[in-house]
Order: sequence, then structure tokens, then C-alpha cells
Amino acid sequence: MALALAGDMAADMAAAGQPAAVDACVDLAVRGLTKRFGTRPVLRGVDLAVPRGQAVALIGSNGAGKSTLLRCCLRLIEPDGGEATLLGESVQGLGRGGLRRLRSRIGFVFQRHNLVGRLSALSNVLHGAQARHAGPRYWLQSLAPAAARDEAMHCLDRVGLAELAPLRADRLSGGQSQRVAIARALMQRPAMVVADEPVASLDPAAGEEVMAVFVRLIREEGATLVFTSHNLEHALAHADRVVALKDGAIVLDRPAAELTPRDLGFVYG
Amino acid sequence: MTDLSNLRPAAGRFLPARLERPSPLAFLAWAVTLAVLVHAFTAVGLSPMRLIEGLPNIGRILGQMVPPDLTRLPQIGLAILETFQMALVGTVIGVTLSLPLAILATRTLSPHPTVQVAARAVVSFCRTVPDLVWALLFVIAVGLGPVAGTLAIAVDCIGFCGRFFAEAMEETDPGPREALSALGARPLGIVFSAVVPQAMPSFIATALFALEKATRSSVVLGLVGAGGIGIELKVAMDLFAYDLAATIILAVFALVILVEQVGSRLRARII
Repeated sequence: MALALAGDMAADMAAAGQPAAVDACVDLAVRGLTKRFGTRPVLRGVDLAVPRGQAVALIGSNGAGKSTLLRCCLRLIEPDGGEATLLGESVQGLGRGGLRRLRSRIGFVFQRHNLVGRLSALSNVLHGAQARHAGPRYWLQSLAPAAARDEAMHCLDRVGLAELAPLRADRLSGGQSQRVAIARALMQRPAMVVADEPVASLDPAAGEEVMAVFVRLIREEGATLVFTSHNLEHALAHADRVVALKDGAIVLDRPAAELTPRDLGFVYG
Repeated sequence: MTDLSNLRPAAGRFLPARLERPSPLAFLAWAVTLAVLVHAFTAVGLSPMRLIEGLPNIGRILGQMVPPDLTRLPQIGLAILETFQMALVGTVIGVTLSLPLAILATRTLSPHPTVQVAARAVVSFCRTVPDLVWALLFVIAVGLGPVAGTLAIAVDCIGFCGRFFAEAMEETDPGPREALSALGARPLGIVFSAVVPQAMPSFIATALFALEKATRSSVVLGLVGAGGIGIELKVAMDLFAYDLAATIILAVFALVILVEQVGSRLRARII
């Protein structure tokens, strides 16, 4: 069923002439997804398919439904209707264990870094290994196996923060904290990364720098990337494809190379 | 200073009254509270006359307490040490057992609402039964001596720490918990990686308060035969040896002050 949905959507995309849709491997497929908060509809039957390896930017004004769409896909919020398939598995049909296993293959980078302030940067990165391993050895870096500590250090090094490994997370700047959160996502060895306005809490310079590092590393991993952003330059510079949401529905879905910021202005109008 | 001369006359309508008129229900609540207080003062028979009549007795006892009798100082020292050891061991056992109970009693961490209610009920029961009653029960169960006192302190500590540990964990930032949940971490991993480290300063402060409370309690528990210095104090008072009682009271005072001072300094360093 799940694979059929992904296959159907890949075929739809191919029919629409989208280059990435030629690949039948669809990592994210959403069909008819709906969600209401009280009486207010936030998602109105959203259809979306993201092929493997593609970077997709979700844009839209506040309340358009971008974050809700991402959270519904991972069932951090329960959708009211529709279907979502991630990495070939139907999200709706999964039990607690199945959902945990699926989430372990997907890195989620939040707007706020969501680090544990009292723990070191290295311990926070090590937590990413809990996607693959259970037990106290992955709770703190001081208890961790040597291989896991080395891998966590390598992830920190890739985001340029190896020398800050012993520092408590609440001593880091906003940009550094978000880099540690990215390192934690890399530690997961994810097949797909989902990011909800990953640089929105940073100043423009730090945001630009972190976004560049983030997208480069995810592309090096060969992972599929879906991120939300209010920054149109980021969306156009770092994504293969831009999807715009307005009032809970997709109003634009085109390759980033064909777009300019002026084309996207109506989304915020 | 703000210049109010430019305030629009119409704005005066929004100036709140200095005192708000209470609702009939609030007025009734105040009246009932006052009646309960008056009845309570009358029932306990507190009167200035009785206090004035008792002053000479207090003066006589204080007179007999000076100078304190130091002949039994070594025995008192050992009893004080035993009192502290009861408090320390009881607190360690209580803190250790209260952590899993507190996790189960925390709304955001409990595996099921029924488990949460049950865990909260256990913690509340441990807290609402006074430590002296626990001591009496344990004296019957395991006999006279410090074991009964230690167990009473441990159970009392579960009631105290269980509640505050659970509240501390509920107040932690949900962000790290959500992040670990989103990456597929197991529930125990989320608790010990994201929640416990955040709540740790509060845990340590609560545990130190519990130790201070246990030190004071362990003095009283001796009065019912649950070990410690309390029994020495009771014997001294029963024999009207107020000078010896003075030595014991000073020793207890020194112990409690020492534990509180060390606790305060540790809290200040950790938080």
C-alpha cells in the first residue's frame, strides 16, 4: 500500500514533467493530508512527493501549515486524515516500536536547537546514536564506547566545532548550538533529514553560515532533505525544488532554478 | 518622573479602584476563615495569663541547665553520630527509591495515566503519614534501634523527594525531550538523556533539603525508641537532669546547623 502510494505519486510527478520525479524511489509521499486545530483547518488535503536525494524547501507565511506538515509526517502531531509514507513505510499504520524505528532513520533539526544545556556538546551529539543503540552507554559521553565517542567527535569536527566538544551546551552561541544540533542529526546516519526553520533563531550572518554547512553536509551524506524557511534566498540557493503553502494548501511546486524571489512574493501577500 | 498632566480626561475612566469589592462568595470565604481561626484560638486555650504563670518554671529549668553537664560528652557524641548516620542512610535510600517513583508519577514521562495516578498515590501516602508514625510501625516490625529510625526516614524521604522530583521533571524544557523522541530514542533514554540532566540541580537541592529535614527528624524519632540521640534526651528530661539535657540540645543544635550550612554551600555551588 505504502509503496503503491509512493509509486503513484512518482508517476504523477513524472507526468508533471518534474525532473527528479523520474526516479521512482520516493522518500516522502503525502496524499490528502488534513489537520485541524480546533475549528481552524491547518492542512487541507496536501499532496507531496519527494524523491530520494532531493532537497525541498517548504515556504509560506506563519500559520500556512509548513511545520504542521513536517510534524504530521513524523507523527509528532497526529494528522486528522490522509496518508504519509516515509522511506517506503506508511506512517499511519505504525505502532510505537515501528514509529521509533522509522524516526531513527530520519534526522529532525528544529528551529530551536533543543540541546540539553547542562551536558557537553559531545554528549549532545552522542545522543544521536540513540537512534541505533539503546542503553546507558549512549546517555553520556563519559559512559560511551570508544567507537561512538570517536564518531561523535567526527560529527562535531564536520560542523567545525571539535575544539568545543567538552563545553556545556548552554555556554555555546546560537549558531554554535545549531551546529551541534546538526552534528547530532549526522550522528543518526539518517537516510532523510527534515528541518523546521533551522536558522530562524539566528542572526542573518550566522544563519547564512549555518545553512550553508547544513545543506553541504546533508548533500555529502546523500540524504533527502526537506526544510521550511521564511528566507527566500535560502530556499532558492539551497533547494532543488520549492514548494509553497498558503492556508494549508500547496499553491506552488517548481524547481528552484526556474524561480526568482519575485516569483515567490505572492506567497506572503 | 512621569508627567501626568497630559493624561486624557477620558483615560481616567480606566483607572482601577484601589480595592476591589469582593464577590459574595469571596466575602463568605473570608467570614468562614475568620470564624475557623477564632474557634481554633479558643479551642487550644491559649491565653497570656497561662504564659505569664509559666515563665517562672521556664526560668527555673533554664537556671538548672547552666552550666551544661559535660560528663557524658563521649556517649552523647556517639549518639549524635548515630543520629546523623540514620539521617544520611535513610536519605540515600529514600532518594534512590523516590527517583523511579517520581518518573512514573510525572505526567509527561509516565507510561500510562493509571500508573501515574498509582505512583502519585504511593508518594502522597508516604508524605501524609508523619515520620513518627512510620517510626512506631517500624519499631514494631524490626524492633528498637536505628534500623527502625532509618527506615522511617527513608519512607518519609520518598514522600518528600518523590513529589519534588516529579515537579522538577515536569518543569523541564520539553525541547530536548521532543528532539530525542523525534530521532527514535527509547523512553528510558529520553528520561536519562534529556530530562534527568535538566532536573539534576533541583534533585540535588531537594536531596540536601531532605537530609536537613531527616537530621531534625532523627532526633525526634529516638523518643519512640527508633535509635539516635532522642532517647538520651528523653531519659535526661525524665530524670530532671536538665544540665545533661542542655548538653544534648546544644549537640543537636550544632549538628543541625552544621548540616544546614554544608547543605546551603553545596546548593549554592551546584545551582
